[in-house]
Amino acid sequence: MFDTALTLSDLMFLIQGAGMTLAVTFFAVTGGTLLGLVFGVIRAHVSVWVALPLIFVLDVFRSVPLLIQLVLANAFQAIAGLNMPPFATSSIVLALYTSAYCTEIVRGAIDAVPTVTRRAARSLGLTWGQDMTYVVFPIALRVALPSWIGLTLGVMKDSALVLWLGLIELLRAGQILVTRLQEPMFILIVVGAIYFLMSFPIARLGGRLEKRFREND
Amino acid sequence: MIEVREVHKSFGALAVLKGVNLNVEKGEVVSVIGSSGSGKSTLLTCINGLEQINSGSILVDGVEVHARTTDLNKLRRKIGIVFQQFNAFPHLTALENVMLAPRKVLGMTKAEAEAIAVTQLSHVGLADKLSIYPGKLSGGQQQRMAIARALAMSPAYMLFDEVTSALDPQLVGEVLDTLKLLANDGTTMICVTHEMSFARDVSDRVAFFHQGVLAEIAPPDQFFNAPQHPRTKEFLSNVR
Amino acid sequence: MFSYTFQWRQAFQKLPLLLDGALVTLQIALLSMAMGIAFAVILAVSRNSRSWWAHAPATAWVEVSRNTPALFQIYMAHFGLGSFGIYLSPYVALLVGITFNNAGYLAETFRGALRAIPATQLRAARSLGMPSIQAFRLIILPQMFRIAFLPTTNQMVWAILMTSLGVTVGMNTDLAGITQDINVRSFRTFEIFAIAAVIYYLIAKAVTLGARLLAARLFRY
Repeated sequence: MFDTALTLSDLMFLIQGAGMTLAVTFFAVTGGTLLGLVFGVIRAHVSVWVALPLIFVLDVFRSVPLLIQLVLANAFQAIAGLNMPPFATSSIVLALYTSAYCTEIVRGAIDAVPTVTRRAARSLGLTWGQDMTYVVFPIALRVALPSWIGLTLGVMKDSALVLWLGLIELLRAGQILVTRLQEPMFILIVVGAIYFLMSFPIARLGGRLEKRFREND
Repeated sequence: MIEVREVHKSFGALAVLKGVNLNVEKGEVVSVIGSSGSGKSTLLTCINGLEQINSGSILVDGVEVHARTTDLNKLRRKIGIVFQQFNAFPHLTALENVMLAPRKVLGMTKAEAEAIAVTQLSHVGLADKLSIYPGKLSGGQQQRMAIARALAMSPAYMLFDEVTSALDPQLVGEVLDTLKLLANDGTTMICVTHEMSFARDVSDRVAFFHQGVLAEIAPPDQFFNAPQHPRTKEFLSNVR
Repeated sequence: MFSYTFQWRQAFQKLPLLLDGALVTLQIALLSMAMGIAFAVILAVSRNSRSWWAHAPATAWVEVSRNTPALFQIYMAHFGLGSFGIYLSPYVALLVGITFNNAGYLAETFRGALRAIPATQLRAARSLGMPSIQAFRLIILPQMFRIAFLPTTNQMVWAILMTSLGVTVGMNTDLAGITQDINVRSFRTFEIFAIAAVIYYLIAKAVTLGARLLAARLFRY
């Protein structure tokens, strides 16, 4: 059959890399979602002019290549003498990057809740907090969930860039094996397959959710 | 001449046309009436080959529409059709909508096509809307533009598929007036319609479509005053 | 805390070099978009085809491009093809990788846009005697591009951001590559990358603005 020098321990090495990918993604998405929720609620309730500084900063995160952001942040923490490990730097940068997109999702979802619905809630005597918790949040969640799943998968794929700071995530692990075994196509296909397996089923789930929510409306 | 012979057509298990026969002579205006979903519209889209048929045959000037060797694109040049939904091309102005097919299908020069388009649009009363996009036109205006678009190909036959059904009531009149104009010009027309007064005033013959067949076909006087088929009587008493 | 002295003047002297790189960045982005759009139209139509031979490869392309990192796709072009004795220069590998990615994402965008165009438009065009290819080109495509214009603009911004990945396969003529080149010689990492970031930001904004002006000209209906 197919002849390869790839051993089981090499495969484990790739799996470990995938673990690193997932770990960075986890911190980035958790942090980014929390920040995105805060920023998104602010964006939905404050006039554009008041939110302008926030809008500008988040727009910068979406308009500058992630690779440049990572290098800049790493250089900055070195200059500031923070001595942060690459993992922390990477997670923070990716979290801010995630928050920029998440903010738009949250704002869009809140805006999708009809004003009349919110007026109705408030005229029943619900406080702003109760209105947000019991009315706005459940409705907005349905709107936001498919996009949020897409964002999470996007961040997982973009997290490959942290290899530039020396983290051995999935793609870097693959590259190391390529250098050692000189079987670039085969090893990259294995790497790609692992990414695909981590992404595709969840992407399908997101697509199905979106379709179902749309049909229910 | 359009000859429809024993045409059968079904969508899956649903039989829509069950042996339709109809001959339309040059210069004749035939109105087809009948309840919704009885297959009237399908008949029209079969005549210009947009739909396949299961059996039977349709001949237009002696050419069999569904024969493998027939060049449908060529045949369709002489069969104009106007649909219930106006189907204006939204990215083109009224003038461009009408000019497009003469230029691209008939290979006319821009000047030739424009001259024809201006004539046809004026004919349907849209001379002042040439550079307007369909999105800015009313339903009635869009439908008249669609008629001009079909006429610009100088078709030998015109098929009208419930062209007033999607219009607001106050806009129906202007489109029917355009159709009457065409009928008076001697255009050969098959009109699927729900407008009884139009069918009575304009048609040479009126056909009643019922359960996939033409149950009755007669000149309007006889059709409306002395219908033969019991279903025709029932239908007419319901719409009056 | 900050024992570091920023040396902006030294970094700004490199601005002409960086702007040259910005042109290469823009060039790759535009080329990858032009080719990506062309492939995406074919992919979108193929995915709607009933023929397995048209449908399956198109689906594979779209799913792989959307479910693996862009950087992985560039690695495939640069390292992976080496297994077949094909060695692409960083420039070509970058272009191939981004084009592959653009095409996959745009194919889905276009497919959605095609679905939004009523089927009756095609019928109307066909009944005027247009052959199907002509009807597609003159009636369907213009409407598809209009519906898909905003997402396509977003993809263009993505394409610009993705060009920066070239540096990881040794690209040294685009903005990121030149920035990195200067960096390894001067070690003024923060200053030089900060300037590069500003340039990327301005390119992205210029493209967005340009697209908006273009849309106003193209779509008057």
